[in-house]
Amino acid sequence: MTEVVFYILAVAAVLSATLCILQKNPVSAALWLVSTMFSLAAIYVLLNAQFIAAIQVLVYAGAVMVLFLFVIMLLNLGHAESDIRGPSTVAATLVIVGLLAIELVGLLQYTPRQLASELSQWPTFTDPKTVFVAGELTQQESVARGVVGAVAAPLFQVYLIPFEITSILLLVAIIGAVVLAKRKV
Amino acid sequence: MLLGPALGLSAILFSLGVAGVLLRRNAIVLFMCIELMLNAVNLSFVALAQLHGASGYVMVFFVMTVAAAEAAVGLAIIIGIFRHKQSVDLGNINLLRG
Repeated sequence: MTEVVFYILAVAAVLSATLCILQKNPVSAALWLVSTMFSLAAIYVLLNAQFIAAIQVLVYAGAVMVLFLFVIMLLNLGHAESDIRGPSTVAATLVIVGLLAIELVGLLQYTPRQLASELSQWPTFTDPKTVFVAGELTQQESVARGVVGAVAAPLFQVYLIPFEITSILLLVAIIGAVVLAKRKV
Repeated sequence: MLLGPALGLSAILFSLGVAGVLLRRNAIVLFMCIELMLNAVNLSFVALAQLHGASGYVMVFFVMTVAAAEAAVGLAIIIGIFRHKQSVDLGNINLLRG
């Protein structure tokens, strides 16, 4: 059942992503990208990441895409003509993306067991059974402390310094956006 | 567990994002394709977090933060370019071409 739902959502995500890169109107492209992001949020729920799914809807489909639509409408770009590049670039794109896709779709065959057997050849992992202990511990913790608690604990304990640096990054982005978009410096 | 299918979907979405970046000339659509690639990477982080613990979820947070900062600064740059050129078509932005 879960797999059927996953494949329906995957097809929806790929279709909306394809339409997003082929729509000539930027507003329709943005709305198809929102559709992709909602499909991905539903897939996150299937992958037991409910909190990430909520954040995906709030931050990506909400804040970031509203920013994109705001700029498109501010600059009045809603009725643009087709901006797809010429035939030679299209051919080069197909070759590059084809090679990339062949490389990446090899990942489709991955199962947890295969990953374990590959990791077991790595010198630091000796026993394949110990490789996935962290994932099981996370699942136990999300049962014990709730979905948010399981994510918040490593964020505020192990990754506290990167988390604080993130706030500096956001401050720099705020100041940079204001300075760049100001009419006169 | 759905590890393989999720990684495959992530690969397909990333390739579509690359295709969009290479195909389009509209700077805003190009930015949206970059967001699509970041989303594909997030999907693989979430898929692998099932096995390797909550560190994957924390990485998704950091990727989302970087994406939001990049979108804000990038769109500000696009507004600046639009003021100078009255266009966001990358074909018109060729100041550095020799």
